[in-house]
Amino acid sequence: MNRIGSVLLGLASALAFGLLYAPVVVMVLFSFNAPRGRFNLVWQGFTLENWRQPLRDAALSEAFLTSLGLALAATLLAVLLGGLMALALERARFRGRRSIELLLALPLTNPEIVLATALLNLFVGVDLPRGPLTLLLSHSLFCLSYAALTLKARLAGFDSTLELAAQDLGAPPLQAFCRVTLPLLVPGLLAAALLSFSLSFDDYVVSSFTAGEIVTLPLYLAGAFQREISPQIQVLSSLVLLVSAALLALASPFRQGRP
Amino acid sequence: MPKRPAGTSASPASLRAEPLTAETLAAESSKAALRRQRQRWQGPRRSGVQRRLWPWLLLAPGLIWLLGLYGLPLLALVPLSLSEPLSRFGLETVFSGRVANYLEVLQAYGPILARSLGYAVVATALGLLLAYPLAFAIRFRGGRWQPLLIGLVVLPSLSSYLVRAIAWTSLLGDQGPVLALVSALGLTGPLDALGVLRDGRLLNTATAVILGLTNNLLPFLVLPLVVAMERIDHRLLEAAADLHAGPWRCFVQVVWPLSRPGLAAGILLSLIPAAGDLVNPLILGGPNERMIANTIENLLLVQMQAPRAAALTLVLMALITVAVLLQLRGRGLEELPLP
Repeated sequence: MNRIGSVLLGLASALAFGLLYAPVVVMVLFSFNAPRGRFNLVWQGFTLENWRQPLRDAALSEAFLTSLGLALAATLLAVLLGGLMALALERARFRGRRSIELLLALPLTNPEIVLATALLNLFVGVDLPRGPLTLLLSHSLFCLSYAALTLKARLAGFDSTLELAAQDLGAPPLQAFCRVTLPLLVPGLLAAALLSFSLSFDDYVVSSFTAGEIVTLPLYLAGAFQREISPQIQVLSSLVLLVSAALLALASPFRQGRP
Repeated sequence: MPKRPAGTSASPASLRAEPLTAETLAAESSKAALRRQRQRWQGPRRSGVQRRLWPWLLLAPGLIWLLGLYGLPLLALVPLSLSEPLSRFGLETVFSGRVANYLEVLQAYGPILARSLGYAVVATALGLLLAYPLAFAIRFRGGRWQPLLIGLVVLPSLSSYLVRAIAWTSLLGDQGPVLALVSALGLTGPLDALGVLRDGRLLNTATAVILGLTNNLLPFLVLPLVVAMERIDHRLLEAAADLHAGPWRCFVQVVWPLSRPGLAAGILLSLIPAAGDLVNPLILGGPNERMIANTIENLLLVQMQAPRAAALTLVLMALITVAVLLQLRGRGLEELPLP
């Protein structure tokens, strides 16, 4: 493209990155703010004080740990159930495959609020008190869809002749699967797990309907917006971002060569 | 690194260390075409009954989850939407075939529904204006920085969207940098007249909500577009150049049509969550910017009007489904380049 095109391209890309990173930069910046009053939303002055005790806010830390545990459990369930589904959908021909794929895509093709309403009415209908169990069931459900679809896509781009070759060399099917297929699927499993984890960890809509008395991190943050925004919120969020960036960097060698 | 079994010569993409270039992609895709021909593996070598049974054994747990927690509860919303609350203070209801729920809901919340879809459409359109050039730049100008740039697009969405919304309130607040810049440029009056600002403020306006939504959906627009553009065979671009097509014509006749599936996928992945968003209107909008999810939440959790909430949810779902079908136009969901 000519020079004007290049300039426009650069400008739009810069704007896009600006829009993406504006709130992130503000978040990190405000972790170094010394706020006056209860709301750390207006810049006052630089301090390192907030970073000295990142976990000073006990309620925040508890919500953080709750979300961490929930996301881990939901991810484990989702990758396990979703992996089995992906394997069956990708490796076998049977009647009803299309319908199952459609069912799997439902959480993607509907806003979360639809799922939240359906789940709440289910739990009220079967008289299941809202709490850790309903929260785990709900989270594992939407993670399941994303995990299954991610793994299905990875399996579709997978050379199944490798597995056949292993069998030709005398490996029983189960051994061929464990020794050949599973190791090759590790990057896909990691991707699915990371996706599930970040979806569950950051979920507000479904949680606000199904959590009952449990306070996850997003629920705590929404409440804090009404009560008090302590700088520890920004400190913790910056730490989470740092860890995410590290994980992303670690995962990226696996992504190379697979569009 | 997983060990490669002896006696096989094929090298799957996951084992490569080469950077993602048009050449390796083209080679990979022609291999993929061959692979697809011999793809469907016939399952473990077992008897016929076992062969038919094993996929269902693998599917069973996930299916129980999906049907029990989503499929059936979704269907159960239909009778619920035609019911009446038993009392004013509980979620218990009784079925009475009350179709009027739908009329009342549409009458009372029609404008909010339209507003939600409007915000989602504007945010997606704004996002596309930025996402398409960015995806184009990443694919065609990114070179060896491509993986890093893709990582940078993904990274912000790994931080909590609530914290990002809260950060926007600092940026857009009365003492924030954005309004300071606007007034320094003398734009307060004109932008107020255009309806971008309200009484010189940005918080609690549609602008703030749409900015928040656009920030959230940008990665979901960029990634499918990059994937779709990566699938464009570089030989097509070379052929177009050989036939004396200028860069502009090359874009219009080759890149744009071939990136359309990515566009469709991106629009779906952005529009749907944006239309049902709860957080941005809550934190960045005022009472006049509430969206449909806020209304449904209010009906269910505050007003205890489960039948009306169900009716509204089903209306939203129907509208979204129509939008999805229009976007897909006969294409299968699996044909879309989802990241």
